[in-house]
Amino acid sequence: MTWQGILQIFVLLAVVTVVGFFLSKYMYNTLEGGRTFMDRVLVPCERAVYRLCGIDPTVEMRWTRYVFVLLAVNVVGFVVLMVLLALQPVLTIFNPAHMHQVPFWVNLNTSISFMTNTNWQNYGGETTLSYLSQMWLTVQQFLSPVTGICLFLAVVRGFSRHNANTIGNFWRDFVRTLLWVAIPLAVIGAVVLIALGSPQNLHAYTVVHTLQGHKQTIAQGPVASMTSIMQLGDNGGGFFNMNVAQPFAGPNAASIFFQLILGFSVPVACIFLFGKMVKNTRQARPIYWSMVLLFVIGALVLYHFEAAGNPALAAHHLRLAASHNLEGKETRFGTGTTSLFENSTTTISWGSVIASNDSLTPIGGLVPLFNMMTGEVIFGSWGAGMIGMIAYAVLALFLAGLMVGRTPEYLGKKIESFEVKMAVLSMIVPSLVILVLAALSVALKAGTSGIFNPGPHGLSEVLYAFSSGVGNNGSAFGGLNAASPWYSATVGLAMLLGRFPMYIPLVAMGASLAKKQRIPESAGTFPTHGPLFTVLLTGTVVVVGALIFFPALALGPFAEQFAAHAGKLFGG
Amino acid sequence: MRLKVIWSALRLVLLFVVVLGLGYNLLMVGIGEAAFSGQANGSMVTYHGRVVGSRLIGQQFTSPRFFEGRPSATSPPYNAASSAASNYGPTNPALLREIRTNLAAVLAENPGVKPTQVPPDLVESSASGLDPDISPAAAYLQVPRVAKANHLPVGAVRNLVAGHVTGRFLGIYGAPHVNVLELNLALLKLVNQ
Amino acid sequence: MSDMDPTGHVGATGTALADGGEPPAGESPHGRRVTMSMWDKDLVRRSLRQSLRKLDPRALTHNPVMFVVEIGSLFTTADALRYLASGRLGSFSFTGQIAIWLWLTVLFANFAEAMAEGRGQAHADELRRTRTETEARKVTPEGIQVVPATTLQVGDVVVVAAGEVIPGDGEVIEGIASVDESAITGESAPVIRESGGDRSAVTGGTTVLSDEIQVKITAGRGESFLDRMITLIEAGVRQKTPNEIALALLLAGLTLIFLVVVVTVAPFSVYSHAPVSVTVLIALLVALIPTTIGGLLSAIGISGMNRLLERNVLALSGRAVEAAGDVNVIMLDKTGTLTMGSRQATSFTPSPGVEERRLAEAAQLSSLADETPEGRSIVVLAKERYDLRAPDLDGGDVEFVPFSAQTRMSGVDLDGRQIRKGAAESVARWAEVELDPQTAAAVEQISRAGSTPLLVAEDRQILGAVELKDVVKPGIKERLASLRAAGIKTVMITGDNPITADAIAREVGVDDFLAEATPERKMEYVKSIRSEGYMVGMVGDGTNDAPALANADVAVAMNTGTMAAREAGNMIDLDSNPTKLIEIVEVGKQILITRGALTTFSVVNDVAKYFAIIPAMFVVAYPGLNALNIMHLTSPETAILSAIIFNALIIPALIPLALRGVRYRATTAATILRKNLLIYGLGGLILPFVGIKLIDMIVSALHLVSTVK
Repeated sequence: MTWQGILQIFVLLAVVTVVGFFLSKYMYNTLEGGRTFMDRVLVPCERAVYRLCGIDPTVEMRWTRYVFVLLAVNVVGFVVLMVLLALQPVLTIFNPAHMHQVPFWVNLNTSISFMTNTNWQNYGGETTLSYLSQMWLTVQQFLSPVTGICLFLAVVRGFSRHNANTIGNFWRDFVRTLLWVAIPLAVIGAVVLIALGSPQNLHAYTVVHTLQGHKQTIAQGPVASMTSIMQLGDNGGGFFNMNVAQPFAGPNAASIFFQLILGFSVPVACIFLFGKMVKNTRQARPIYWSMVLLFVIGALVLYHFEAAGNPALAAHHLRLAASHNLEGKETRFGTGTTSLFENSTTTISWGSVIASNDSLTPIGGLVPLFNMMTGEVIFGSWGAGMIGMIAYAVLALFLAGLMVGRTPEYLGKKIESFEVKMAVLSMIVPSLVILVLAALSVALKAGTSGIFNPGPHGLSEVLYAFSSGVGNNGSAFGGLNAASPWYSATVGLAMLLGRFPMYIPLVAMGASLAKKQRIPESAGTFPTHGPLFTVLLTGTVVVVGALIFFPALALGPFAEQFAAHAGKLFGG
Repeated sequence: MRLKVIWSALRLVLLFVVVLGLGYNLLMVGIGEAAFSGQANGSMVTYHGRVVGSRLIGQQFTSPRFFEGRPSATSPPYNAASSAASNYGPTNPALLREIRTNLAAVLAENPGVKPTQVPPDLVESSASGLDPDISPAAAYLQVPRVAKANHLPVGAVRNLVAGHVTGRFLGIYGAPHVNVLELNLALLKLVNQ
Repeated sequence: MSDMDPTGHVGATGTALADGGEPPAGESPHGRRVTMSMWDKDLVRRSLRQSLRKLDPRALTHNPVMFVVEIGSLFTTADALRYLASGRLGSFSFTGQIAIWLWLTVLFANFAEAMAEGRGQAHADELRRTRTETEARKVTPEGIQVVPATTLQVGDVVVVAAGEVIPGDGEVIEGIASVDESAITGESAPVIRESGGDRSAVTGGTTVLSDEIQVKITAGRGESFLDRMITLIEAGVRQKTPNEIALALLLAGLTLIFLVVVVTVAPFSVYSHAPVSVTVLIALLVALIPTTIGGLLSAIGISGMNRLLERNVLALSGRAVEAAGDVNVIMLDKTGTLTMGSRQATSFTPSPGVEERRLAEAAQLSSLADETPEGRSIVVLAKERYDLRAPDLDGGDVEFVPFSAQTRMSGVDLDGRQIRKGAAESVARWAEVELDPQTAAAVEQISRAGSTPLLVAEDRQILGAVELKDVVKPGIKERLASLRAAGIKTVMITGDNPITADAIAREVGVDDFLAEATPERKMEYVKSIRSEGYMVGMVGDGTNDAPALANADVAVAMNTGTMAAREAGNMIDLDSNPTKLIEIVEVGKQILITRGALTTFSVVNDVAKYFAIIPAMFVVAYPGLNALNIMHLTSPETAILSAIIFNALIIPALIPLALRGVRYRATTAATILRKNLLIYGLGGLILPFVGIKLIDMIVSALHLVSTVK
C-alpha cells in the first residue's frame, strides 16, 4: 500500500461531498418547488413534454397510483427496448460493423438489465451491438436512474409530509429529474470525457497495420456519450465488453477520477436532499457518515489485499519484483485506483469496472461482493441507495430503538408493524433470492457448467452474479458464463426481484408514514442525528449482511483465501 | 384511466427514444468532432503518414527490437474488436501456469534477469487485453535487450524510457506507466536518426 | 430477588385523595400486594408442569421461533434414534445430546412464559377466593328476596347493610355508607360511598361497614369489575400489543431468513465437498434464529402487566400499558397530586393601623370551630407566631357562624365581638367598607403568588389578610424534573384562575397549566395537544373528567371515582393515587426497554455462534477455516454442542431480567440508549464468546462428545 493509494480515497470523498452538497440544493429546488437558473430554458421543454404525452403533472397521486405509473413507464420502456434490439438486423443505419440478430435470451436479459438500472452485460458490446443499439441502451440509462429518484422521493415524502394521503405526481418528478438533472449533467460529462480521450464517432471499426505489421481492428463508436450517462446514472453498462478497463472508455486516471465524480454526484446529493426534504439537515449526517465509514473500510480492505497480492503465488514460490496483484488490472490504474474503483462500483451500484473482478484476491473480491449483499446502501445508485439505507435505519431503530422506552420513531414518525413488515420484506427478498438462486446454480448441472474457476472461487462467481443481479449492480466475476440460458434467465429474474419487490414495499412504507402525524421531538426521542446513531446504523448494515451471508462467504472467499495461503489450488 | 396512463407512458418513452437515443448521442458526435477531433476519432497515431494504431489501444510486440507490452487474454492477443480478461481466479492452477509460462518467456528474452526482478505486469494479463502501458520497471527491464537488438547505447534507450514515464494524475490517481506504442515510435525515431 | 419493584418509587411521594375525607394525606398506598419471591416454590413447580404441557405444537404456533426449534428437536431426536438403531454410538451420543439441549431450549422458553403467567395467576386466585358465593337481597315488587349474587342482572336493585358484601358492581341510589374496599384495593381505610355525585360507584366483593345503601347493579354476570380483572389476569391469550406484533413480525422475518440461510448451506456444502449432517444444520438454525427474545417475548409482556398489578393498577388492555411508555404529556390535577390536598396559612398581613398580633388573634378566634385543614392551619400559625393559645370558650357567649356558599365567610360571635374571615369581596361587603388601597394591594399580591387571600374583619373593621398557600408535596419537584429530562411534558390542571395557576405552575415546575378547568376545556385541551402529535396521559376520578379521559391515550381512572370515569379510562388505579400515572409511564417504558434490550442481545449473540459453528462445519473440507475458530474450541463436536448449550442456558439465565424488567431511570433517551447499547449490544456481542468458550472447556473436560479435531 502506498500513501497515494490511501490519500486518493479521501480526496475523492471530499470532492464528491462538495459536488453533492451543491447538487442537492439544485435538485431540491427542481423537485420541491423552488427556482433554478435552468428554468428559463427547461420550463418550456417541460411543458412541451407534458403536452406531447398528454400528461397532467399537477394531480397528487396516492402511492398505488404513483407505483402504477412508475411500473407503466418501466414496462413500456422495457418492451420498446426489446423491440428496438430485435430490430437490429433491420435498422441498418449506424451499424458499420454489420452486427446481426441479438439472441433472444441475451435481448431479454439485457432489456431487463437496462430497465432495472442493473446494466449487467451478458453480451460483449463491441461484438454484439450496432451503434444504434448502443444508443437505444442509453435511453434506458437515462430513464432507469430517474426512476430511482422517483422511488426515493416517494419514500422520503413519507417523512416530510404528515396527515397526507398522497406522495406527489410521478410524471412531474420523472420529467423534471430527467430534464433538470440527468440530461444537462450527461451532456457536460460527455464533453469532458471526449476531452479526456474517449472517442465519439460513428465510424466503422478502424483497421490498422500495427508498427510490427499485424492487422488490428479497433472498435470505435459513440463511446463518450454512453460512458457519460452510464457513469452519471450509476448504470455501468459499458460500450465495451471490458467496460471501462477498455482504454477508450477509461483512457487515463484523470478520466477515471472524473467518472468517479460523475458516479458519486447524485447519490451523495441524495443524502443531503433527504436532509433538506425532511427539513432537518442534521438527520442526513449519520447516514452520510455511515456510508463514508463503510466505504472507507471497504476501500482500505480491498486495497490492502490487492497490494499484498495473491498468496498462492508465494506459496508456490513464484516470487516477483513486487507482490501486488496485477492479473486483470490495467497498468495505468495500478492497484490503488483499481481498488478504489472496484469498491466504488458496488457501493454506488455502478457495475462499471476497470479490472477483472474475477481475478481479484479472494478477500479483495469479497469486498465488492459484500457491498452488494448488504443491499448497495453505501451511497447506492440514484435514490435507491438512500431508501435502502432508510430501510436499514428503520430496522436499526426497531431493533435497538425500543431500548429508550418508546415506540420507535424515525423523523417524528412512529414505526409500527406495517413499517416493520415492509422493511423486513425489502430485506428478505434480496437475501432470499441471492441464496436460493445461488444454491440452485451450484446444485444443478446447468449452473455448475457455467462456472469458470473451480473450487471456492466458483461459488464466489455464482454468489457475485446473483448479488449483482439483485443489487441491480451489473458488475460480474466475468468468468461465469452469463450468456448461458440458465444464467440469462435466473440473473434476469434476480434483477427484476431486486428492483421492484425490494423498493415498492418501501414506497408503501413511505405512504403509510405520510399518513401519520408527526410526533414533536423531545428529550425522550431517540436521537437519530448523532455519532451514536451512526455507529448503530453502520453496525446494523454490517451485522445483518454478515449474519445472512457468512456461511456462504465462509465457503467462498474465506475458504479460498486460507487455501491460497496454504498453496492449495482447485481444478486441473 | 389505466389505458390512458400506458398510452402516455408509451408516448413518453418514444419521445425520449428519439430525444436521447438519437438526439443526445448524435449531438455529442457533433460536439466531439467540432471541439476535440483527435480524441473523438480514437486518438490515432501515424508513422510515416500511415495510421499505425491508437495511442490508447495496446498492440502486440513480439520482436526483440521493440518494447513488449503486457500479456493479453484476448484472442488473438490485442484484439481491439473484442476486449477480454483472463478471468483467472487466484487459486486457479491455470493462473499459475500462465504466469510461469510468461515468466519463462520474459527470462528467456531478457538474459541475465532474475525472476525477482520481473514486475508483475509483465507476467500477469491485463484487464482489457488491450493495455497500452507497462510499468516503468517493466520498461527498464527490457532496456538492455532492446538496446542490443537495435544497436543503441543502453544509456540512450534508458533515457528514452525515462522521458516516456507518465506519473500519477494529481500526484495520487493511477500508477506511473509507460505507453508502449509511443515508446516504440520514439525508439524507431531514435534508430532512424 | 424478592423485591419486585425495581424502580423503588412506589409511594415515595405519598398520596392524598382529591376529594379529601378518605385516607389522610401522606399515607403510603401500599396495601395488600401479591408479593412473592421470584422463585417461589409452588410457582416454580407449577411452571415446570406448565412448560411440559406447552410442548404441544398447537400451543407453540403463536411463537414461530420456538415452533421451529421444536420441529428441529423432533428431527434430531429421530436422527439420534436412527443412529442408535444402527449401532453408531458415536453419532448417537452427539446427536442425542444436541436433541436434549434443543428440547431444553423449548422447555426453558415455556418455563419463562409459565413463570410470568403463574405470577399473574396467583393474583387472580386470590381475587377469586374473595368472590365467594355472595348472597344478595334483591328489591322486587313483592319485597326483598334473597338470591345468589351470580343471578343478578343489570338494573336490579339490592339492599346492602352493614357487614354485608356488595354482590356486584353498581351505583348507590339511596343512602350513604362506609365501605371496606380492601379486597380490591388492598387499602385498609374505609371509604364513603353515597348516592349522587362522584362517590356513588361501588364494586362487587367489597364490604359495607356501616349504614345501609341501595345499589343499582350496573354490570351483568361475568362483566363485573372483579370478573374482568380475573379474566384479564388469567388470559394467557392476551391480545398482543402493537409493538409486540411488530417485533413478532421482525422475529418471524429473521427466522425465515435464517431458515433459508441454513437450507441453502446444504447445496453450498455439497458443492464444496464438505457435506454437513442434518443435525448440524438444525443446530446452526437454532443457534441463529432469535431464540432468546423469542422465548422471553411473551414473558416480558405478561410480567409488565403483573408489575402494574403489583402497583395495584389494572390495565384494561396491554395496548394501554405500552402507550404509557409513549406518553409525552402528562396531565396532573393540581390539588392532591402536585400540592397537598389543603392549603396552609403562611402569613398575616395587617391593614394599616392594625397590629399583626391583633389580626392573628382574630383570625385564630374565627377559625376555632373551623375543622377544615385550612382553618386548623390558621390556629396553628397564630400559635406559632404569637404563642396564642386557643382560649377556652365554653363558658362565654359564643356563637360560631359556619361557612356557607352564600356568604362565603365563616366566623364567630363572641361576647359581642363579631369576627369574620372569608373571601376578600365577601368580607368587604359584610364590613360595608371600601377596601383601603394597602390591604387591596396585599390581597392582590397574595393572589398573584398563587395563594388564596382571606380577609379577617372584626366589627366591620378590616384587620388584614391571611395568606393560604398551596403546599407543594415533598419530592414532587424532583419527580417532575426527571420527567422533563425524559422528555415528558407535565401539565397542571386546576380550577384556579390563570394568575394563581401560573404562580403555582412555576413553583411546582410543570411545563404548562390549564387554568379554570371545566370538563369541556379539559377535553378540548387533550384533543388539541393530541392533534399536535403528543400522546397524553391523565388521571381522573369524577364524572367531569370522563370526556377528557375518553380522549386521552392513557387514561387512569381512580377506583374511588365514578362509574363514568371508570368506563372512560383504560386503566384503573385501585389505590386511587393520582401520582401513580408517573409509575405507570415508567412501567410502560420498562417493558419496551426490556424487549428492545433482549432483541438486540439475541441478534448480536449470533456473531459468536457463527464463529463457533461455521469453522466446525467446514474445517474438514477447508482446514484453513480453522483460523476462524478464534475461541480455539476443542473440536467440531464440542464447538457445536457448546454453542447449542449456551443458546439454551441463556434463556433461563435471562428469565429474572425478563420478569423484573431492565432498570429504568428517567433521563434523556440518548443517555438510556448509550447505556443499554453498551450493556446489551456490546455485552451481547462479547458474552457468548466467553460463555461458549467456558462451556467448551467443560464439555471437553467431561468428554461429552468427541474431542477429535
